[in-house]
Amino acid sequence: MSDFITLSLFASMLHLSIPVILPMLGGLLCERSGVVNIGLEGMMLGGAFGGVAFSYLTGNPWLGLAGAMSTGALAGGLLAVMSVSLRGDQVIGSTAINLIGAGLTAALVPIIWGIDGTTPSVPKVPTPPLPLVGDLPLIGPLLAEFSLIDIIAFGLVFLVWWVLMRTDMGLRLRACGESAVAADAAGIDVTRVRFIAVTLSGVLAALGGAYLSIVTLDLFQASMTQGRGFLALAAMVFGKWRVGPAFLVCLGFGLADAVALRAQIFTDDLPHDLLFALPYVLALVALATFVGRASGPADVGKPFRRA
Amino acid sequence: MRAKRPDLPGTGTARLAPDMAEAMEARSHAPRAPGAYLALTRDRARTFGGRALIFVLTLGAAMLCALPFILLSGANLAVTAEAFFNGALGSKFAVAETLVQMIPLLIAGLAVAISFHGGLFNIGVEGQLIFGGLVAGVIGAEVNAPPLVLTALCLLGGIAGGAFAALIPALLKAYRGVHEVVTTIMINFIAISVALYAVSPAGPFVSATQPSATEKIPREARLSMIWDGTRLHFGLIIALLTVIGIWWLLYRTPLGFRIRLLGANPGAARASGVSVPRITIATLLISGGLGGLAGAVQVLGVYGRFFDAFSAGYGYDAIAVALLAALSPIAMIISAFFFAMLDSGAVQMQAVAGISREMVGVVSGLVVAFVAIQPAILHLWARLRQKTAQRRDRNITSGDPA
Repeated sequence: MSDFITLSLFASMLHLSIPVILPMLGGLLCERSGVVNIGLEGMMLGGAFGGVAFSYLTGNPWLGLAGAMSTGALAGGLLAVMSVSLRGDQVIGSTAINLIGAGLTAALVPIIWGIDGTTPSVPKVPTPPLPLVGDLPLIGPLLAEFSLIDIIAFGLVFLVWWVLMRTDMGLRLRACGESAVAADAAGIDVTRVRFIAVTLSGVLAALGGAYLSIVTLDLFQASMTQGRGFLALAAMVFGKWRVGPAFLVCLGFGLADAVALRAQIFTDDLPHDLLFALPYVLALVALATFVGRASGPADVGKPFRRA
Repeated sequence: MRAKRPDLPGTGTARLAPDMAEAMEARSHAPRAPGAYLALTRDRARTFGGRALIFVLTLGAAMLCALPFILLSGANLAVTAEAFFNGALGSKFAVAETLVQMIPLLIAGLAVAISFHGGLFNIGVEGQLIFGGLVAGVIGAEVNAPPLVLTALCLLGGIAGGAFAALIPALLKAYRGVHEVVTTIMINFIAISVALYAVSPAGPFVSATQPSATEKIPREARLSMIWDGTRLHFGLIIALLTVIGIWWLLYRTPLGFRIRLLGANPGAARASGVSVPRITIATLLISGGLGGLAGAVQVLGVYGRFFDAFSAGYGYDAIAVALLAALSPIAMIISAFFFAMLDSGAVQMQAVAGISREMVGVVSGLVVAFVAIQPAILHLWARLRQKTAQRRDRNITSGDPA
């Protein structure tokens, strides 16, 4: 294999991992605040659809991105109302988000475009390579593969880590996840913190979906996220609810995706349908070979009511 | 510090007789597992009328929320409603078609319900259904056996296939503490890709004449038709027998009691000597086996062969079926029939009124959402009644004519 192949494989790994990384960050924020969120997949679909719909209706892909974020905030807000304000069961509530997200996005396509399944092309977010960096030694050719959006996505990883682990806000959020009663006694408004965290997780998951629909592609297709929201969840569990390790697991999924895609292009004799399962098998193997028991935040999944 | 309830033997509820402990836990305000949460809901609606009311209100609220999107697609409401009833119940064929749709929903609903009873959430019923259908289709196409023996082999193979798909999540949950939601979801995607591969052009079981499908199962080995001139097949009887079987298992056997105890209160279950890993594995295997049975029945009764897109998301709608019935196997006959009506009515609605069939999925999701917030609504309702009662009392004591 020549250098070029290795480099582009690496670049495609990074590109393919972004739609897993963004929902993973959302899920992590949400669960560290004490709310189980298995609804990331539905929120991603909402974002992917919202991005395409707003880009189509306004003709501006950047407004599409903003539309995706509002769709995500709506989906996250809905889950927050169900599981935080009304103290409903979090797992059941987020399952509802998944079902509604998958159903509604698929049902709205014929309403807006009059055709079933896949939408026509819409304006996509421009991804010009970064200026100047291409001339840098060593990492130059790699950086030239990325646009501003990609850099922002990776920047968000750092931002979430920094907010969660290095600010007061993050400490409060984590306190709500570890012991809502203690956080409440310390004067933290648990309901408010959790509400915001769940809504933000919707925004981040939706950005992941929009990255697929209006950055990588320029259309929406029913169920186009193909379980990435659940892979994000697996990455978070395997990374033991920590940003760094979970990020690395996402890169692993991205690599599996990149290898599967490459194998499809370069060889004919490999069973492509089986290769499609690679990231999911990898996730299961990862969870099975996990050191120690899976241990999330102590109060995750428990609705909080002030005594 | 974790605020954890003591679960040592001899303390708290564990000292009581197990059924007493279960009843007490159901009334406590600290629900942990989904099973416990639903026990709470059921406990507050003790009467048949109360449960029926919750059923109707949940469904009504979900339909009401779906209404704007039906209007959004520009359809005439009267035309839509007429199309729906024609499609679901309008003729002998429509009724038969609804019953055909009900079969996989009912069996898969039981699969979801039994996992909830055990405090687990098997969200991978769709994958287990696909595995079960694939195994049944392959056995039916490849094995040479007398017709009835072949039918039995297919059904058993389907159950085994579904249970196999649930085995890895079961082991991971029991011994590693990995949340079953994450693992069963992974199995869904693996099942889809294995099924696609098995009947792909290069796959081992693809038919010589029909792409993306296995060879046909001999006609005599398929489930026989039980209503002349329609597609209604013997699977309906199998589904109804499964309902009785699961009801019996849950409420009349020691295993069923342990499953429900584990779901209602894991601490009490452990303290009274229940092997938590063993019951966890048993619950998920039974659940997966039921999912596999649903797939096998669909393959043997409707299509006569396995093909890659044979499941219309029954495993996901089954979640709504199970929750709408508040996990009661008997009530599930009604909720499955209702979702089957939606499915068969939606075909007609799409043809006549141009409404996407995906709206069925939206209604499923809305039903699940309303089930999730049921405790809050019941709580508000109870508070409201309390206030009204207080006001009445005040009125009586102050001598006001009420």
